Amino acid sequence: MFRDTTAMGREQAPATHSWLQRLHLDGPLLAGVLLIAAFGLFVLFSATGQNERQTLSQAIRLCVAVVAMLIMAQVPPNFMRRYAGVAYALGLGFLLVVLIAGSTSKGAQRWVDIGFRFQPSEIMKIAVPMACAAYLHYRPLPPQFVPLLILIGLIAMPAALIARQPDLGTAILIAASGGIVVLLAGLRFRVILSGLVLLGAGLPLLWQNMHDYQRQRVLTMINPQSDPLGAGYNIIQSKIAIGSGGLFGKGWTNGSQGQLEYLPERSTDFIFAVIGEEFGLLGLISLLLAYLFVIGRGLFIASQATDTFSRLLAGSLSLTFFLYVLVNTAMVTGLLPVVGVPLPLISYGGTSMVTLMGAFGILMAIHTNRRLLPR
Amino acid sequence: MANLQAIKDTATEQRLFFNRLLLAVLCVFVGTAAVAARLTQLQVFEHETYSDLARGNRIRLEAAPPTRGLILDRNGVVLAQNLPAYQLEMIPEQVADIDETLARLFELELLDPEREEELRDRIRRSPSFKPVTLRSSMDDAAVAQFALQRPYFPGVDIRARLVRDYPHGSTAAHILGYVGGLSESDLRRVDNANYAGTTQIGKTGIEATYEAELHGNVGHREVVTNADGRALGFQTRDEPQPGSHVYLTIDLQLQRLAEQALEGRRGAIVAIEPTTGEVLAMASAPAFDPNGFARGMDSETFRALQNNLDRPLFNRAVSGGYPPGSTIKPLLALGALDSGRTSVNRVTNCEGHFSLPGSTHRYRDWKPEGHGLVDLTQAIAQSCDVYFYQLAQDMDIDLMHDYLVRFGLGENLGIEIPGEKAGLVPSRAWKRQRFSNRADQVWFPGETVIASIGQGYMTATPLQLAHMVATVANYGVRIQPRLTHRLEDPLSRETSAQEPQMLTAVTNIDANAWQHTIDAMKAVLQSPQGSAYATGRDVEYTFAGKSGTAQVFSVAQEDKYDELELDERLKDHALFVAFAPIESPEIAISVVVENAESGSGVAAPIARQLADYWLSR
Repeated sequence: MFRDTTAMGREQAPATHSWLQRLHLDGPLLAGVLLIAAFGLFVLFSATGQNERQTLSQAIRLCVAVVAMLIMAQVPPNFMRRYAGVAYALGLGFLLVVLIAGSTSKGAQRWVDIGFRFQPSEIMKIAVPMACAAYLHYRPLPPQFVPLLILIGLIAMPAALIARQPDLGTAILIAASGGIVVLLAGLRFRVILSGLVLLGAGLPLLWQNMHDYQRQRVLTMINPQSDPLGAGYNIIQSKIAIGSGGLFGKGWTNGSQGQLEYLPERSTDFIFAVIGEEFGLLGLISLLLAYLFVIGRGLFIASQATDTFSRLLAGSLSLTFFLYVLVNTAMVTGLLPVVGVPLPLISYGGTSMVTLMGAFGILMAIHTNRRLLPR
Repeated sequence: MANLQAIKDTATEQRLFFNRLLLAVLCVFVGTAAVAARLTQLQVFEHETYSDLARGNRIRLEAAPPTRGLILDRNGVVLAQNLPAYQLEMIPEQVADIDETLARLFELELLDPEREEELRDRIRRSPSFKPVTLRSSMDDAAVAQFALQRPYFPGVDIRARLVRDYPHGSTAAHILGYVGGLSESDLRRVDNANYAGTTQIGKTGIEATYEAELHGNVGHREVVTNADGRALGFQTRDEPQPGSHVYLTIDLQLQRLAEQALEGRRGAIVAIEPTTGEVLAMASAPAFDPNGFARGMDSETFRALQNNLDRPLFNRAVSGGYPPGSTIKPLLALGALDSGRTSVNRVTNCEGHFSLPGSTHRYRDWKPEGHGLVDLTQAIAQSCDVYFYQLAQDMDIDLMHDYLVRFGLGENLGIEIPGEKAGLVPSRAWKRQRFSNRADQVWFPGETVIASIGQGYMTATPLQLAHMVATVANYGVRIQPRLTHRLEDPLSRETSAQEPQMLTAVTNIDANAWQHTIDAMKAVLQSPQGSAYATGRDVEYTFAGKSGTAQVFSVAQEDKYDELELDERLKDHALFVAFAPIESPEIAISVVVENAESGSGVAAPIARQLADYWLSR
């Protein structure tokens, strides 16, 4: 089939790119992702207080994540579509196990121990949009009422289980990744609107069911000065770090907020503030542009995809990635309440890195496996 | 499935997807723009506010360095203490214009312009929020002058710190060692967190050996600062744990006496208590003032110290390898008696020189006219070389080696301070290993001859000589020499005493051989023929010793030894080893005076002076 297309003169790939194609990789996406990850390691060294050991272990995690990406890139999208339901069922099973017997880390049950520890919610970050896309693949779009109800069920079950852990941030983001699939499928605007109205009406109910610390976080976002040394401390210090960085920043490893450990979670959720302090507005905008490039490439891949499943999945994965960036940066700058969402590709920590790179591998698989001639 | 596929309108669906995708792109841009706008608000419009907040009114966690432990002599006299000193410090991020600030400080003569490069380098390398020491010691005048100018120097301030002080100057300098500024290479081998507020670290001597114990553990305090970063007050979070006091075995008075005896000379003295191994005095001359290192000296002074031909920084007592000369004769006598290679009654006729069979080469005695007929006792008392040249033929080098090493010669004794040398006792095996050239590996009979009077390859440190004579005094019991008596926790006053460490004793020696050897050593000082009779005739206690005169320069066969024409530095070293009283030894002494020519004339009186003081104290 590949020979066919070249004969037709479409997608004439330069010879130098042939190794990328043989590995089912996408050059621009790979370059963008690795650039951000490399910058992340550089920042992490400073954000860990120049801890070589931690930086090295993150570099090793990055290598593992790249391997995960390489593996996912080899899986044909048709195969994914066929087994999306299995992955989803497995993930849901693990979530139930966690709820019953998971080990506790920082007051929340998120881990399951099967030889090594991992978070089943990570599987669901990919399995939920995949299952939704696979379900919609066979149905006429936009989805009708009954399929819509089934989709809501598909999304709500894992989201509710994860929210019970409790990990509201991840629950919302996983629900969003499924929701994006449905929206991209062409959900009618009046349905979207009535959904929003329903959500608005449900907010008080949500408020009532939230944990105290979650309510506190929302209140804190609205007025951090209400408890400057308690709940408001993170966000105040984070804003000081970013604001004091100014246009050009204080220089690498020279940020007093980060280096003197005024900034909590400086190497994980709040690493964006360290970048802001040390590299200034210029550094942050450059980073945002790099993220936009990666997201843009992902959306381009979605637009070029040749079947419904691939299109919806690629679109959802790219936009979810954007949501992670948006939620983390908005949280660190005090636009959103503090939810435990790391800055993708940069924050210290392994599991989410592997999931993310796996998702990029799927995007690459979609792009390199598309049918190049319209059927 | 086929049925469902049939009603899918692929083209419409794709168009619908594109519409939604465009909407998503719009959302991405709006979201990113919102964050970018927020960043602009924080980093551009509100930058000043947050900058002030970052620098200004805040609580800073500061390391509170522990007070360094004292070093004291055996009687509790302080040898190393801590004194407050004023330092000029700069926090670079709080200085608007570093160049201009430095220039003004040079102008006010508060800083030495010659150090400009070094200062700039230090400011560049330090994180901008960390204080940099611009000047480590300020006198009162400088403090007063800066105090007046202080408002014009934001980010620069005076800070009182404890600085190491050695109240007795150069006394015991080689034992104490010194502290110096914490360098980058120091930081690589210590726990950085524990040294967060520390500016000085032990570089050599006891200061280096007991660095961990002397230093203590860092504490922390919360410092409230104003917008200029000036401290307004502080609250202690955890107290620093002061370092332990180190009590030495040294007696300051005896140490002083030893150093005075060496004044204006080069040499070393070690005095040991034979029953415990405690070093009572250890002097090395010339010495240096460790305060220079603790307070910081300019590079010129340091270079002068380093390049001084007399090498004042060099601890001759543990690092100086000297030919032991005749001081080893008692050990050879003991070995020869024990192994039956000689007897008390054997007599040798000394004519002032000795030749090996079949050779015309003459090995001279120090006394050109000879000692006449001498037995073992007289050979030691008068230090007859020819007797020992002959004895060496009967013993041979390897047997000599075996007896000498049993007294700790040629081995590290494990004294607490760094720089100890093992010295050398030659043997056939050693020479085979030492030289790669076949021809050089052969042991020559002439080398055995000169080894018998402690010349040739043989070297020993003054510490080893003192340990050797202490072992003789102990009838072979060997106790490791040591400088530290006990450590004391300054808070709980709990002490941990160092127990004497026994080394492999010299055993299975004929009791009569011991007695004869010690008697002969007594004869050195207390018989009219003794080489040091002038020193020992009127002592009120029993005193045993042995003089030694070690050649630095080998006189060619035909030349006459002309003292006047010989460069002062090529003159013989004067040595003396001694212990007293003989019945219950309290002190064992080794004295080495470089280029002083006469062991009995120069070194012996010094040994007596020390013994006199110690036994009459």
